Amino acid sequence: MADFQIEREVVIDAPVEVVWRTITEPEQIRQWFADRVELELEPGGRGLMGFEDRALPLVVETVEPPTRFSFRWNHPAGEEPAAGNSTLVEFTLVGEGERTRLRVVEGGLELLAWPVGDKERFADEHRGGWAMFMDRLARLLAERPGE
Amino acid sequence: MTPESDDELWSAIGDPSRRRVLDLLVRRGEASASWLAGQVPFSRQAVSKHLVVLEQAGLISRRKHGREVLYQVDAERLDQATRAMAELASQWDGRLNTIKRLAEAAHAQTRAQTQEHEA
Repeated sequence: MADFQIEREVVIDAPVEVVWRTITEPEQIRQWFADRVELELEPGGRGLMGFEDRALPLVVETVEPPTRFSFRWNHPAGEEPAAGNSTLVEFTLVGEGERTRLRVVEGGLELLAWPVGDKERFADEHRGGWAMFMDRLARLLAERPGE
Repeated sequence: MTPESDDELWSAIGDPSRRRVLDLLVRRGEASASWLAGQVPFSRQAVSKHLVVLEQAGLISRRKHGREVLYQVDAERLDQATRAMAELASQWDGRLNTIKRLAEAAHAQTRAQTQEHEA
């Protein structure tokens, strides 16, 4: 448990079942994450998030409706995602009456290539993965002004 | 940098113990694992683990000085990494807010339909 991670959470005025559908149904994921979404919703299931000309594969790790959903991505092309070569995105849903506390943790960020030219090791291993990632995120946001 | 903005930067980077180690390295410039272990309330072994992760992330580098290994912060990289982490965190905030809006709209719609049905 010694990696870099980001933790964020939000409280939503909707029951966990509704939030669960929002974060796991491809047609809903398209509205908050990627332009193109494919997802086999089962442990070990394959999926991908498509952003304009790029598509990022992912592998589902945990599916425990309606409380836990996680997947791995950002692994090097041609490799199977596992701890040590990918980031893990974990959603946790906690029902609080009619409300839901939704938490997301993305861990393993130390494995991404950070945008620096002088660390060839990282740049070579990940082919500028981090820079591309940030680029995608920026574009994703730009497509959704005001959010 | 003000102490406040320091806090904000550090908060973007993983766990508090590791931030402590980074913070010490920033203040000290260069330090050995045993010196660091003397400054913190956790074990030398824990310090070593944090140093490995920080080095893996490219935030610190090491050099041999006699029999000692000294660690130092790569300031430029640290700055870029913390900004990138903060940006990624704000991207997730954006996504979570959209999820919130979608789920609340879906819920409101279901509730309205149910009430209509009951009425």
